[in-house]
Amino acid sequence: MAALLQHAGYEEERLLRVAQQMPCREVQAGMLLSLMGQPQQYSYPSIFIYGHRASGKSHVMHVLLKELELPHATVSCVECVSVALLFEQVLLSFFGCDAASLLPRSPSLSDFVRIYRQQCSQSPAKQTRYIVMEKAELLRDTDANLLPALLRLQELVEDNVTIILLSEIVWDKFRPNTGCFEPLLLHFPDYSKGELQQILSQDRHPSYTAEFYSSYINILLGVFYSVCRDLRELRHLAALNFSKFCEPLAEGKVKETDTHKLWRNIEPHLKKAMQTVYLREVSSLQWEQMQQMEEKESGALRGLSAHTHVELPYYSKFLLIAAYLASYNPARTDKRFFLKHHGKIKKTNFLKKNEKTSNHLLGPKPFPLDRLLAIFYSVVDNRVAPTASIFSQISSLVTLQLLTQVSHDDQLDAPKYKCAVSMDFICAISRTVNFDIVKYLYDFL
Amino acid sequence: MTTTSVSKGCFVFKPSAKKKKKTLSLEDHFTNGCEGADNSEIRFKLCQDLWHKIRADTEVLQDELNRKILDSLLDFTRKCSSTRQHSDWASQMRASEIPTAALVLGVNVPDHDMTFQSLSELLQQSVTPHVASVQAKECGALKHLMKRVLERLMDTVVTVDDEEEEETEQTSTQLHKSVHCSLSTLCDWYNAKTMKSKTGTPGKKRSSPVRDDPQQPPVVIIFKDLEAFNPKVLQDFILICSRYVERLPLMFIFGIATSPSTIQHMLPHSVSSLLCIELFQSLSCTQHLATVIDKLILTPQFPFKLNGKVMQVLMSIFLYHDFSVRNFIKGVQLALLEHFHSQPLSVLCCKKKEALLNVMQLSHHDLESIRHLLSFRRYVEKQEPQEQLNLFRDDTHLKEVCQKLIKDLRKYHKNYYPVLRCLHTLTSSLPRYPLGKQVRELHLICLEKNVWENEDYQTAMKLLKMLAKDELIASLQRCVEILQPVKSKKMKKALVELEELLAKFKQLDTVAAETLPCVEDCITSPVKNLQKKTDLFQLQKTLLEMNESRRAKKLSPFEVLRNEALEFIDGLVKSHLSPPESQTLNEVCYYSSSATVRRHLNATPRTSIQAALSSPYYYLQNESLKTEDGTVSNAAPDICIAYKLHLECGRLINLYDWLEAYATVVSAAEGNNPDSDNVRKVEEVKHARFIQAVSELEFLGFIKSTKQKTDHVARLTWGGC
Repeated sequence: MAALLQHAGYEEERLLRVAQQMPCREVQAGMLLSLMGQPQQYSYPSIFIYGHRASGKSHVMHVLLKELELPHATVSCVECVSVALLFEQVLLSFFGCDAASLLPRSPSLSDFVRIYRQQCSQSPAKQTRYIVMEKAELLRDTDANLLPALLRLQELVEDNVTIILLSEIVWDKFRPNTGCFEPLLLHFPDYSKGELQQILSQDRHPSYTAEFYSSYINILLGVFYSVCRDLRELRHLAALNFSKFCEPLAEGKVKETDTHKLWRNIEPHLKKAMQTVYLREVSSLQWEQMQQMEEKESGALRGLSAHTHVELPYYSKFLLIAAYLASYNPARTDKRFFLKHHGKIKKTNFLKKNEKTSNHLLGPKPFPLDRLLAIFYSVVDNRVAPTASIFSQISSLVTLQLLTQVSHDDQLDAPKYKCAVSMDFICAISRTVNFDIVKYLYDFL
Repeated sequence: MTTTSVSKGCFVFKPSAKKKKKTLSLEDHFTNGCEGADNSEIRFKLCQDLWHKIRADTEVLQDELNRKILDSLLDFTRKCSSTRQHSDWASQMRASEIPTAALVLGVNVPDHDMTFQSLSELLQQSVTPHVASVQAKECGALKHLMKRVLERLMDTVVTVDDEEEEETEQTSTQLHKSVHCSLSTLCDWYNAKTMKSKTGTPGKKRSSPVRDDPQQPPVVIIFKDLEAFNPKVLQDFILICSRYVERLPLMFIFGIATSPSTIQHMLPHSVSSLLCIELFQSLSCTQHLATVIDKLILTPQFPFKLNGKVMQVLMSIFLYHDFSVRNFIKGVQLALLEHFHSQPLSVLCCKKKEALLNVMQLSHHDLESIRHLLSFRRYVEKQEPQEQLNLFRDDTHLKEVCQKLIKDLRKYHKNYYPVLRCLHTLTSSLPRYPLGKQVRELHLICLEKNVWENEDYQTAMKLLKMLAKDELIASLQRCVEILQPVKSKKMKKALVELEELLAKFKQLDTVAAETLPCVEDCITSPVKNLQKKTDLFQLQKTLLEMNESRRAKKLSPFEVLRNEALEFIDGLVKSHLSPPESQTLNEVCYYSSSATVRRHLNATPRTSIQAALSSPYYYLQNESLKTEDGTVSNAAPDICIAYKLHLECGRLINLYDWLEAYATVVSAAEGNNPDSDNVRKVEEVKHARFIQAVSELEFLGFIKSTKQKTDHVARLTWGGC
C-alpha cells in the first residue's frame, strides 16, 4: 500500500502516515505527489480535481498538505462573498496579517498581484506554495478575469505557487469562452462497495471489536448500497442505527460472532430507515429517542413533512383558494364558474387545443391581481370591503411563500402572482371553510 | 434667509435648537379637541393608568403562555451544548451536525417579535451570552447576513459584560476597518473570549448569571422569519457555518410561520444533512387569544368594557384578517383611548372609590349630560313623578342617585362574569354547541340581547334536560368551582344553593338503591300482561297504553332534581345575564362606537379615494358641490371631473377625446356657451389643468401610460366600483 506513495522529496514515515489516513485513495494521492514534485521544485501552475460529493477530494488535499508540512492556503469559495475575502485569506496564510492588511478597501486582482509580489520578494518561496480552492464551481460566477488569472498565477506573481481547484463539475463547464490556460485534470472516481466498507469500518465504536463493527457495516451496506452511495449519508445511517444493532448484545442474548441473529434483529429497523434515507425527517437525536420509545408507542414523533397543516385567517384562506383557482383555470372559463347565468358551455367545444392537457400537469400560471380579487369576491360568501388588510394579506401570503410574485415589484403596474401550494394543501384548506374546490376546477369538470 | 457669501450657490441651514417646535406631550394631544375639556386631565390619567395595567397584565400572560415552549427550547440548547463536550462515540459521529431548533409559531407574524424577544433574553440569562437574531429583510445577500450576525454577536457582548467593553470595541473597530467580515473573525473573537473567561478571575464571572458551562457557551443564531429568507443565502450561510462547527459551537433557531416542511422546500439535501433539526410547536393563536380575552375582557377587574359591536369588530379582524393577538390588544387600546377621549362621563370609569369621589365632583354640565343619557332616561321613567322631578331639578340628589347607580353597575359586573362562565361550562359540552364552543361567543350573545330569549338558549336548555347524571354532576361541580372565589353576596347565596343541589344528587345514589325495585315492578307488570293476549288489535292497544303510561309516568327523583337544578340555573341567567345596555349608566363603562374602531383598524383607502373623487362634497363640505346621486357638479375640482369622465371610457382612453370632454365641462362651469367660437379652441390654462388632473390620476393608480396605442392611456381599475 505504502509502496504507491513513494517520493524522493519526502520522508518515508510521513508518507506512511499519510497513506494510513486516506484509505482507498492511494492512487490519486500518488499521482498528486508526482505532480507536485519535491517541495523545492517548481510545480505545475494549476491542477483541477473533480469527483462527486464525498469522494475525498478535500480530505486528500488536506491530509497531504498538512502531514507533509507544505505551505498552503485553503479557501472555500462559498465563503468568499467578495474577492477581497479570498485575497485576504491567501495573503494571511502565506505572509501573515501584516500583508493582509495592506489590501485596499475593495481590492482588484492587480492589487492582489502587486502585494503578493511585493511580499514574496521579501520572503521568497523555498517550497512550492499551494492554494486550494474548494467548491471552485462558484468561481464561474465571479468576475470574468478571476479564473483565468488564478490559473496562471504562477506566471503573474513569479513565485513557486500552484493553484488546486476542487469541484464536483467537470472542467468543460468551466472553460471561459475567451480561452484560458488549461490546468491538469485529475479525476477522483466514486468509491466501490468494497472501498466504502473499508472506509466506514474505520470509525468503529471503541467498546466493540473491529470485526464486529465491520460485520455491521457489511449488513448496512447490503441494505443501503443499492439506493445510496454517498459516504456521508451512509456514515450518518451507520451512526444512527448502531445502538439498535448492539441492543441484543447488551442484553446478553447473542454473542458478537452470531451475525445471523444480529441481522434478524436489525433488519426491520434498517428497512424503516430506508424510507427516510436522504430526507433527514427527524434529527438524529430524536431518531434515537424514537427507537427507544418504539416498543411503547410508535408514531408519537412525526417527521418534518408530517406537519403540513397551516392555520390561516378566514379571508387568507379564501384568497389562497382564489389564487389557486386563478392559477389553474384558464381565464376564459371564469365566466362559466363565477357568473350565475353563464349559459351552457360544453367542455369539448370550449377547449382550445393546448388546453386539453391537464392544467395541473402544466403547473400554476401567473394571474393579475385584478383577477385574483374578482374571483375572491365571488367565492367568499359575504360582502367584503376592499380594506387595506385584504391587500396586506396578499403580501403576507407572498412572504409565507404560499403565493409567489412573478412580475417586478411595481405595485401600480398590475402585479402578477402564482399560487405555490399543492392540490392536497388547498383541498385541506377549502375543507375547513366548507368550500368544494373541486367543483370549481376546470380540470375536474 | 440671507448669507454673507458673494457667490451664488446652495447653502445648508440647520435649524437652530431654539427654534425647534416644542413637541407636544401626550396629554396635550389628548386634551386637544377632547369632549368636555374641564375634566380631561383626570380622564387622561385614568386612561393611562388603565392602559399600563392592561399592558403589564398581558405581558405577564404572554410570558406564561410561552413559558412551556421557551423552557423546552432552553433545555434543547443546554443539552446540545453539553453533548458537544461529551466524547462518546455517538456524539462524536454527530459532531459535524449543527443543532437546529425548528420553532413553528403560526402565521400571526406580528406576535412573533415578542416571543423572540423573550427567547433571546432568556437564552442570554441562562445559557449563553452569545445570541444574535436576524430578520430576512435586513439580509438580502450573504454578506449582509454575515455582517448582521457578527455585529449582533459582538454587540451583545458589549451590553452584557461591561468590563470588557474596551476590548470588544477594539475588535469591532478592527472589524469596521477590514470591511469584509468572515466567520473566521468570529472564531478568533470567540476563542479570545472563552480563553479569557477561562483564565479570568472566577470571582468576576460569578457576577454574571449562572451558566451551565462557562467555558464553551454555544453561539445561537435566531432566524426570525425563515420563509422570507432567500434560500440561496441561507444555504450558503449554513455551508459556511458547517465548516466552522468544530471550532465554534454554533446553534440555529428557525422561526417558521407556516409548516416545518418549508425547511425541506428551502434547503436541498446537501445542506439539510448538515443540520440536526428538532421540532418545537407553539401554542395556537386562537388559544392564545382565548386566554387573553379570558383574563382581559371577561373579568370585573377592569372597569372599561367593550360593547357587543366593538367586540364583534375586534374579533372579526382577528379571525378574518390577521390572527394577531398583538393587534387585538392594540384594538382594545384604541377603544380605550377613544372612550376616554370622547365620553366626558368616562371620569366615572375607574375603581369604585375613585368613581364615587368623582361623582361628587361632577359639574352641572356633566350632570346635564347624565340626564340626557338614554339609559338614565329609561331609569327616570320608571320612578315616581315626585322622584322624577327631583332627579331633574336637584343636582345633589342626582349625585347621590348616581353613586347608587355606579354601585349597582359594579355589582352587575361582579355577578355577570361568574354566571356567564357557569352557563358556558354547562353548554360547552353539548352536541353541536348551540351557544358556541368558546366563552367569548356566549359573551357576544349575552351582550346583544337577553340571552334567554334566544332560540339557541332554548335548545341548549332542552339538551341539558336530557343530560346523564354523571355529566350533569360533573358540570355542576365545575360551576361550584367557578363560584367559589367570587365575593359578591348573591353569588355566595347561589353557591350555597348549588352545593345543596349537588348534595341532593349525591344522596340520590343511596336513595335510588331503595326505590329501584318498585320502579322495575311497574315496568315489568304490563309486559307480563302482554303475554296473555294474542289478538293483534289488543296488542296494539296495550302497547299504546304502555306508551301513554310511560309518558305520564311520574318522574324519577333524579329527573325531578335535574329539572330543579336547571330551573335554578335558568333563574341565575335571567337575573344576572341581562345585556349591559339595560343597565343604567352603562355608557360610562361601555365603549360603543364600532364604526370608529373599524375605520381606524380596518381602513379602506381605496373606497375613501373613490368616495372623494366621485362625491367631493363628502370631504370638502362646500355647498356648491352638492349634487344628485352619481353626478359631479361641474364646479368640482379638476381631478374629480377627469375621474368622472374616465369612468365612461373603456380600457384604453383617448387623451384628446378626454381633453375635449373636460374642456366642455369646465367651460360650462364658467358660464360660457359651449358652442361659441372661442371655446372651440382649448385654452392653454385649461389644457394645463387637464394635464395636471391626469397626472394626479396616474399618481393615484387609476391610469397608466401605455405603448399599445399612441395618445392613449390604459385604465388600471375595472369598473368604478
